[in-house]
Amino acid sequence: MLNYIKLIALGLITFFALIAANYARDLAYLVNALTIALVAGGMFVWVLRNTDEPADTRDYSNEYMDGVIRAGVIATALWGIVGFLAGTFIAFQLAFPALNFEWAQGYMNFGRLRPLHTSAVIFAFGGNALIATSFYVVQRTSAARLWGGNLAWFVFWGFQLVIVLAATGYLLGATQGKEYAEPEWYVDWWLTIVWVTYLAVFVGTLVKRKEPHIYVANWFYLSFIITVAMLHLINNLSIPVSIWGSKSVQLFSGVQDAMTQWWYGHNAVGFFLTAGFLAMMYYFVPKQAGRPVYSYKLSIIHFWALIFLYIWAGPHHLHYTALPDWAATLGMVFSVILWMPSWGGMINGLMTLSGAWDKLRTDPVIRMMVISLGFYGMSTFEGPMMSIRAVNSLSHYTDWTIGHVHSGALGWNGMITFGCLYFLVPKLWNKERLYSLSLVSWHFWLATIGIILYAASMWVTGIMEGLMWREVDANGFLVNSFADTVSAKLPMYVVRGLGGVMFLSGAIIMCYNLYMTVRRSPAIQADNSAVPAE
Amino acid sequence: METYTLLRAFADSWMLLALFTFFVGVVIWVMRPGATNAYDSVSRIPFRHENAPVSDTGPASEED
Repeated sequence: MLNYIKLIALGLITFFALIAANYARDLAYLVNALTIALVAGGMFVWVLRNTDEPADTRDYSNEYMDGVIRAGVIATALWGIVGFLAGTFIAFQLAFPALNFEWAQGYMNFGRLRPLHTSAVIFAFGGNALIATSFYVVQRTSAARLWGGNLAWFVFWGFQLVIVLAATGYLLGATQGKEYAEPEWYVDWWLTIVWVTYLAVFVGTLVKRKEPHIYVANWFYLSFIITVAMLHLINNLSIPVSIWGSKSVQLFSGVQDAMTQWWYGHNAVGFFLTAGFLAMMYYFVPKQAGRPVYSYKLSIIHFWALIFLYIWAGPHHLHYTALPDWAATLGMVFSVILWMPSWGGMINGLMTLSGAWDKLRTDPVIRMMVISLGFYGMSTFEGPMMSIRAVNSLSHYTDWTIGHVHSGALGWNGMITFGCLYFLVPKLWNKERLYSLSLVSWHFWLATIGIILYAASMWVTGIMEGLMWREVDANGFLVNSFADTVSAKLPMYVVRGLGGVMFLSGAIIMCYNLYMTVRRSPAIQADNSAVPAE
Repeated sequence: METYTLLRAFADSWMLLALFTFFVGVVIWVMRPGATNAYDSVSRIPFRHENAPVSDTGPASEED
């Protein structure tokens, strides 16, 4: 019966998407409508072929739902490569403008590829990593199978559809012009549906947990899911110009819109890239180190301090703008206070290794997790410092900001995700160990040196251009033209691009290593003997 | 009184106090007597139920 409802719905969606493609007012909308028609039509055929087949009546309640996590791990690795490749390419586009090919103007120039890069690494790579690890962690720490059956698969594929619609839209020019919230109205609506389903699956699993206590990692995941839902809804309040076109108009305007955008933007960093990834840290670092987290009390204080403070820090993106001074000061003060819980969390993660520091020498995976915490500590010191108004007057609009973002994103988010992937793949495919630890070491060093090249070159070029912009001569005239700063930056831009090449090569080595782990590593022997209690 | 002023005055006073009190309450709660033992047990949750859930019907899996 359910299949008939699905068939009617899918048929209507396909039909409507085809009508939309016919009436489409712009190219991005046309391509997105055709994509939806293709996906819905394909699913229609698939559901039709499975209708009235004997239903699968096996009882799965005795095992975890790991298929969707395996898919999530593969998607994380592949989107990671796409995002890093796009980032490396646009880094070279900045160094060598000829790479903005004349034949691809309007599709593959820096302005179109840049949101593709940011969304691919944050939402496609980071988002898939968060969804996959959250499904893994919530099941293990709740001792319960995922709630909602195939809803988890809906979340996974629905999220991939968001990514594909957003990415093709960017290249063809559909954007709201809001940083990290570029997707247009219909993609926003679809993401809302997927995200609410994600929340339902996560909370549903927590509700039926067999472990009385909700482990701290789940608190971080839950705050990430709920806050991102809130941020997404409020920052994307917009009215479509036409139901047949991608363009929409924001409800807020002027400084209110700017404030809403950076409230969203900074909390996307705070809850997507920090709270969610801290959840990974609180599960996978103890697992890989083989010891419980250093201080569970600290983890609870860390949680509440982080979520109480982060939400106020956004206005530091708007120093010296039309935003009232009191709001900018509020954002600055909260950003500085935020330093403390950030380092509390870092210390908690690092000290989990106390008594097991020797593992750093033998286990490159734990080394990766530890250096991610090191980069987390570094960028959560740099961030509060840059939010101080006087520092910001030098750093804002310069490449220092880009360097800061990347030491956090590549160093913290990237490295902890790589560590989790190295942990998860042998577990999920039932393998004894990784294919090659020396390849993990290669990945570790390539990525680390790549990040250092990136961050160091951006510090140099950022501070240099900040100083050049404000330099005045004895008569009060500006010394440098804007073009002077651009030409002075060329060597650092090349170094940054090379850092990106190294980071990308490390990730490709990881994909090879994980693939070979699945294909070649010995499977875990079935063991029927009684397992002693720990 | 206009809405902005009203909300602003409330946010600056009672809401701030409420949130701050909640936070201080959490810190005190975490330090309560007996907390160390309780948290020592729950911090080991990741090391249980690695391979299979606790089933409603079947036999309990693994340790714990």
